[in-house]
Amino acid sequence: MLYSDKVMDHFNNPRNVGVLDDPDGVGEVGNPTCGDVMKISIKVDSDRIDDIRFQTLGCGAAIATSSIVTEMARGMSLEEAVAITKRQVADELGGLPPAKMHCSVLATDGLKKAVDDYLVRNGREPIAAGTIAHDDPDFDPHAEEHDDACDVPGE
Amino acid sequence: MEPRDVYLDYAATTPVDERVVEAMLPYYREIWGNPNSLYRRGRDAYSALESARERVAQSIGASHPNEVIFTAGGTESDNAALIGITTRAKPDGGHVIVSAFEHHAVLEPGHFLEKSGYEVTYLAPRSAGYIDPDDLRAALRDDTVLVSVMHGNNEIGTLQPVAALCEAAHERGALFHTDAAQTLGKVPLDVTGLGVDAASFSGHKIYGPKGSGVLYLKRGTPFAPMMRGGGQESKKRSGTQNVAGAVGFATALELMCAEMPGESPRLAALRERIVTGITGTIENTVESATYPERLPNIAHLIIKGVEGEAMLLQLDAKGIAVSTGSACSSGSLAPSHVLLSIGCPAELAHGSVRISLGRFTTDEDVEYFLEVFPPIVERLRSMSPLYEKMFGSASA
Repeated sequence: MLYSDKVMDHFNNPRNVGVLDDPDGVGEVGNPTCGDVMKISIKVDSDRIDDIRFQTLGCGAAIATSSIVTEMARGMSLEEAVAITKRQVADELGGLPPAKMHCSVLATDGLKKAVDDYLVRNGREPIAAGTIAHDDPDFDPHAEEHDDACDVPGE
Repeated sequence: MEPRDVYLDYAATTPVDERVVEAMLPYYREIWGNPNSLYRRGRDAYSALESARERVAQSIGASHPNEVIFTAGGTESDNAALIGITTRAKPDGGHVIVSAFEHHAVLEPGHFLEKSGYEVTYLAPRSAGYIDPDDLRAALRDDTVLVSVMHGNNEIGTLQPVAALCEAAHERGALFHTDAAQTLGKVPLDVTGLGVDAASFSGHKIYGPKGSGVLYLKRGTPFAPMMRGGGQESKKRSGTQNVAGAVGFATALELMCAEMPGESPRLAALRERIVTGITGTIENTVESATYPERLPNIAHLIIKGVEGEAMLLQLDAKGIAVSTGSACSSGSLAPSHVLLSIGCPAELAHGSVRISLGRFTTDEDVEYFLEVFPPIVERLRSMSPLYEKMFGSASA
């Protein structure tokens, strides 16, 4: 399993780490039992993401995907931000190992939750509800896209 | 402090000692004959192979050289022992006991036997990190064929009371195998004294070559070979023998045994320095297993509120190699089965780090690690959304 240079760069020099003072929306996803938790806070101006910070407990890929998603989302409209896919996050990082694809779901879900939190706080309808994988009680992040499965008998 | 290249993962593998390389080279360059051939070239290779066998037998306390079977490594030895003994001793099914914190090279043959119609008990260790002989006695049945408990755990480093466990198995008529890949050459080991029927050893854990291993099989132990063919290794492991590998294994083992009296205390002191250096300076850190009988060279720590792979990668950036029981460092995505088996909660198991020392570890290496590690933990904790909530300040 190898990480791209860009994953390592975002892991070693994560962008936008921290918590915003008086954020307009906050999203937290993940579970320490699974080893990864992410929290994103956003400032919103004219329905665009004006400022963004993250905190993540997790592996190299979890931290790198969190970092890159904050860069991608900054300046986006709320609709654009919640439309970011896990595949786009992975592509932006120059790819992720198959076993780490679920880390990009953590990042996109955290962002979606932060956007919905902002909307609900302002008495508006959430726009990402229903697309947040971590809200599904049957969601198994570890079942994500393991295209390296083998078919050795008995395995 | 100057950046250094510090290898602290000797439990994963070791470099081949230069003296071992030198001992092996003639068996690639000059004495390359097939040890099963009758002419001189073959006889020369045969002499080297049989001499290696005698040296290994002597070093592990086997009562006869024929009890030493050369294999391609620890995993092969484990598979051969579990499957070969069980299926030969009770072809029509029976009961097998393996400890729940065995290496996968024992657990997976256990699963295979289960699928083949045997009943397998995965015996839980006590939370201190050892298999209690009373627990084994309670799990043994009249139809138990084989018990397998490792000599020393490869993750948490605890030694197992193999002699007492073996005695308990024999009292109920069961055979006993131990995976001694981690302990060979690090703690005194005498297969005859322990009383085991079979034991597995690996060359690359003792500064020997990868792809070399030994299966000790006490004379008279029922065994069906996994490798069938030309009948080499007393028909127990067909295939032209890896003569250079056998010579390398024997040489590496003799060096380990000769140097053990000075080396084990040296490593044990460095291990203590690491354990106290980390648990004494970084808050919310603890040694994973408390059982006092342990390998001199493995320190295993839980760093609460940090994920293991992140620590591993940050240490790697500073030139330090360690390993972790975190899910994220393996392909499997479940945290270490060893830690879960001793009752360590998953969220703590994700934050485990194994530091294993060896022949080329110096005091300076250890001091460098102790200087570099605390700021890494502090930085990762400060990035976590949970640490302050759970433990208060993120400072190390």
